[in-house]
Amino acid sequence: MIAWTIYITFAGAVAALLLPRGISRWVALITTSAAFAISVAAFFSNIEFAQFSTIVRMPWVPVLGMNYHLAVDGISATMALVTGLTAVSAVLFSWDIADRPNEFFFWLLLVVGGSYGVFLSADLFLLFVFYELVIVPKYFLIAIWGSTNKEYGAMKLTLYSFFGGTLVFIGVITAYVTSGTLDLTRLATFAFEPQLQAWAFPVLFLGFAVLAGIWPLHTWAPTGHVAAPTAGSMLLAGIVMKLGAYGALRVAMNIFPQGFQMWRNWIAVIAVIGIVYAAAVALRQRDLKFVIGYSSVSHMGFVLLGLATAQALGISGAVLQMFSHGVIGALLFAIAGTMIYRRTHTRDLDALSRMSLSTALPFAAFAFVIASAASMGIPGFSGFAAEITILIGAWKAYPFAVWITGFGMVLVAAFTLRALRKSFFGDTPRLAGNVPALEPITFPEKLGAGLLMLATLAAGVYPKVLFDRILPAVEAMRIFK
Amino acid sequence: MNTALPWYILLVPLIASVVILVLTRPWPTLSSYLSVAAVLISFGCSCALFASTANHSLQIPWLNFRPQLAVPIAFTLDQLSKTMLIVVTGVGALIHIYSLGYMGSDAGKPRYFASLSLFMFAMIGIVLANNFVMMFIFWELVGVCSYLLIGHWYERDSAAAAANKAFITNRIGDFGFILGILMVWTASGSVIFTEIAAAIGKLAANPTFLTAAALLVFCGAVGKSAQFPLHVWLPDAMEGPTPISALIHAATMVAAGVYMLVRVGFLIQASPVALNVITWIGTITAVMAALIATQQDDIKRILAYSTLSQLGYMVMAVGLASGEAAMFHLFAHAFFKALLFLGAGSIIFMLHHEQNIWKMGGLAGRMAITFLTFAVGTLALIGCPPFSGFWSKDAILALAYERNVVVFALALFTAFLTAFYMLRLMTVVFFGKPRGDHARTGFESPWVMLVPLIVLAIPAAAAGFGFAAKNFLPIPAESHNGIVVSAMATGAMLLGSLVAILLYRGRESDPVNIPALRRKLYIDAFYNWLIRHTQDALAALTAFFDRWIVDVGGVRGVASGTWSAGALLRLFQVGNLQAYAFLFGLGIVGLLYFTVFR
Repeated sequence: MIAWTIYITFAGAVAALLLPRGISRWVALITTSAAFAISVAAFFSNIEFAQFSTIVRMPWVPVLGMNYHLAVDGISATMALVTGLTAVSAVLFSWDIADRPNEFFFWLLLVVGGSYGVFLSADLFLLFVFYELVIVPKYFLIAIWGSTNKEYGAMKLTLYSFFGGTLVFIGVITAYVTSGTLDLTRLATFAFEPQLQAWAFPVLFLGFAVLAGIWPLHTWAPTGHVAAPTAGSMLLAGIVMKLGAYGALRVAMNIFPQGFQMWRNWIAVIAVIGIVYAAAVALRQRDLKFVIGYSSVSHMGFVLLGLATAQALGISGAVLQMFSHGVIGALLFAIAGTMIYRRTHTRDLDALSRMSLSTALPFAAFAFVIASAASMGIPGFSGFAAEITILIGAWKAYPFAVWITGFGMVLVAAFTLRALRKSFFGDTPRLAGNVPALEPITFPEKLGAGLLMLATLAAGVYPKVLFDRILPAVEAMRIFK
Repeated sequence: MNTALPWYILLVPLIASVVILVLTRPWPTLSSYLSVAAVLISFGCSCALFASTANHSLQIPWLNFRPQLAVPIAFTLDQLSKTMLIVVTGVGALIHIYSLGYMGSDAGKPRYFASLSLFMFAMIGIVLANNFVMMFIFWELVGVCSYLLIGHWYERDSAAAAANKAFITNRIGDFGFILGILMVWTASGSVIFTEIAAAIGKLAANPTFLTAAALLVFCGAVGKSAQFPLHVWLPDAMEGPTPISALIHAATMVAAGVYMLVRVGFLIQASPVALNVITWIGTITAVMAALIATQQDDIKRILAYSTLSQLGYMVMAVGLASGEAAMFHLFAHAFFKALLFLGAGSIIFMLHHEQNIWKMGGLAGRMAITFLTFAVGTLALIGCPPFSGFWSKDAILALAYERNVVVFALALFTAFLTAFYMLRLMTVVFFGKPRGDHARTGFESPWVMLVPLIVLAIPAAAAGFGFAAKNFLPIPAESHNGIVVSAMATGAMLLGSLVAILLYRGRESDPVNIPALRRKLYIDAFYNWLIRHTQDALAALTAFFDRWIVDVGGVRGVASGTWSAGALLRLFQVGNLQAYAFLFGLGIVGLLYFTVFR
């Protein structure tokens, strides 16, 4: 059933392109909602979450052993859930798009459909095809509908993606040539030579991790986020960065476990540098979207740290962090991009601090407070549940990393509070009674933001629902055998 | 019914908070009554719980990674938590009612009451937690509420800055706390207090490890209970509305650190080194804060430093391995300090938010009830027999007398200073001639504010009597040196009072001027310097690095350095993605050819 998320989304993409202008947004909303509903239903159904169990399998290019092969487990189901969630709210936040809406929603739905495809692929080549399929639409979304420095941001993002894609491709070919299969479950039982794993793992892992914003290959993320239209940065933060992390886990770690063991200390080092470094950079940014962009890099550092622990706890935490950051990142970008920038035409924190936005846009202020709290890892929101699980998991393997990460978390609080204060609660008294007349927050915006807020809250208050599905899948992974 | 009772106590304020936020925000009065009703229900249920013998309740698994880690949402129900609940909800209820008057015409009233109810929820959660993770969750939540309430008047830069400072300082303490929790969990395999206590032998096998763990856990208390060196946030927190200062920054939240230390007393007492460090941190805080308090002019800041100093006493008692003495002082302090803050609030309210004591004067006659209740609070705070503070402070002094004579001397000196700064405050504020326009015209506060003062004055006066207090908590046994210690403490108190009265009677301005104390011993200035030179420098450095080295120098430099990438860069400048994708595709075909068909 969950395979239909892919088909519906792609069908929606075609329909959005061909149907009249006014209808395209409805098509997008209906198809993303349907796909989201399916992913929710699948998530709460009693399918086997502990195994990567096949749902569709058809021969595709039999000569090369390629199959159209989809499968699902607790990790995939969680990722499909966050994809659906982000997609629906991204559409809601693009509701008033006036410039070529048909094409806009076409590209948007392609990104979403491709992402579902990546999360559900059980064939390595199929996964790679879906993975590459996401890149091109992303380029057009940014280059056509973007803002600040959009050509530069779009090109930088695309170059990085292609660079990562090339590394992934080398890894895929290596795995295929050595083992003779592209089936992920069979690859996960194939005994690769340790010498091969020693170099093939870092190539494959790095290829994926570029898209997850790994330090020092992270600079595409802030520029890309800033250049992208709101829906674009929501998809980037919510889904695309997760594709990289997911690939690193599902493909790189699972087929080259020994290579992973050889390199995981380095991953932990880079992850911790990324967490602290990005948080420190964010402290200096003037553009609100840059702050959020760097905070994304910092939060994704937690995912990498969780993966590096090689413990069920840490890796489960990493998967939850993917979900959590998807939701929180999308929410932050939605507020910064649509609620603020579209109305004020500035994202400069000093300029915003002179606008008393909390009075002009109370709902946006409320949503941003919630999003900031979630981003800082306040208990009750998903970020806390994920980050504390990662830290607990990391503690036994890398106590020192946890120390440094703790310092990073202080910095996260510092830059988040700074951005929150400057953007909404700035120098009000100097302009008391001089509230700018801004268009009030629209209903679709409230709906989209409400959806994301509810998700981070629900996952934070009762993370067990997610962990009950993630943990068995993680424990079934090869590194624990 | 009984097993669900703690859940009601916990959840009713949360529900009120959510309802206010989501539904009743447009109606300030309704919102405020909802919040008051919620805290009264919690208080009623707390009394019922206190009277019952319930010792277990419904529990819910929150995280479950067996066998490694299991975190339930479950409650500890013993005398300690039940008494603490009474204090938190009881004082909380009075302060809610008082707020009806104090915040009556505030524009942000619904937001204020929603935050206040949320705070009650979080604080009750700390009291009830039966494991470290759950305690940490609520611990962070009270921090958030404190942030929201300190910054209630966020239009004021000073309030916003104070809120930030409080949050980030607490983050630093919490960071140590979480590391401590992780260490305890590593060694004992559990985060549940009773299970850790049972496995304390495993922890004690490695004394260094145990000491480190205990001290890291103590870090959490240093942040929340504002002990040296993380005390700097509390005086600034006085930027919040005065009822908040009374409830959160005097009676309950700042005492949470002490409560936590008592809760995990088994852990701390297993390490003599940790106990020693804790004693000294408490002693340093007590003396330092009392010294600074003698030279402050803002009525709320004097009380804030006094809170620091009294918290220092409690931490000292924890360090002297007497949880009973610490809790006894916490119990008494909650009443008299809340009373003092509310009294100060009554004055500030009537003087149109004037907080400088030198602009007051002669208020005793004009605000008789405020004056009388404030006097009760002062007598309790300075430890005048037979007011509550006398008994609880005496217990700590007697303990120090037996265990550590240097600590005792400093504690006695603090008692002298306490009497000095409080009588200085009393003399300047309530006697002499009015020194400001508002002080000449001010009159008594409304009854909705006076009734809580009167109600609080009763326990402030009487909570120390053994026959009353022993119903609530174990009273430390009377030591054989009791009479000597009491005599010395009373002597110090009388001396301090006398000096203050003689020095400040009839003065128009402060005859004493010690810049170091006025500038808070330069600690805040030092921290600002430190932040400027570390955190800001780090941020500037990394931002520079990111912009010029990683991005320009690294990424683009490498790109332009080689021929092929140089070609890419040209494409990039043309913005020709098709050409690039074509090249990329060509590369893939080439790779495929070489790897598959070679």
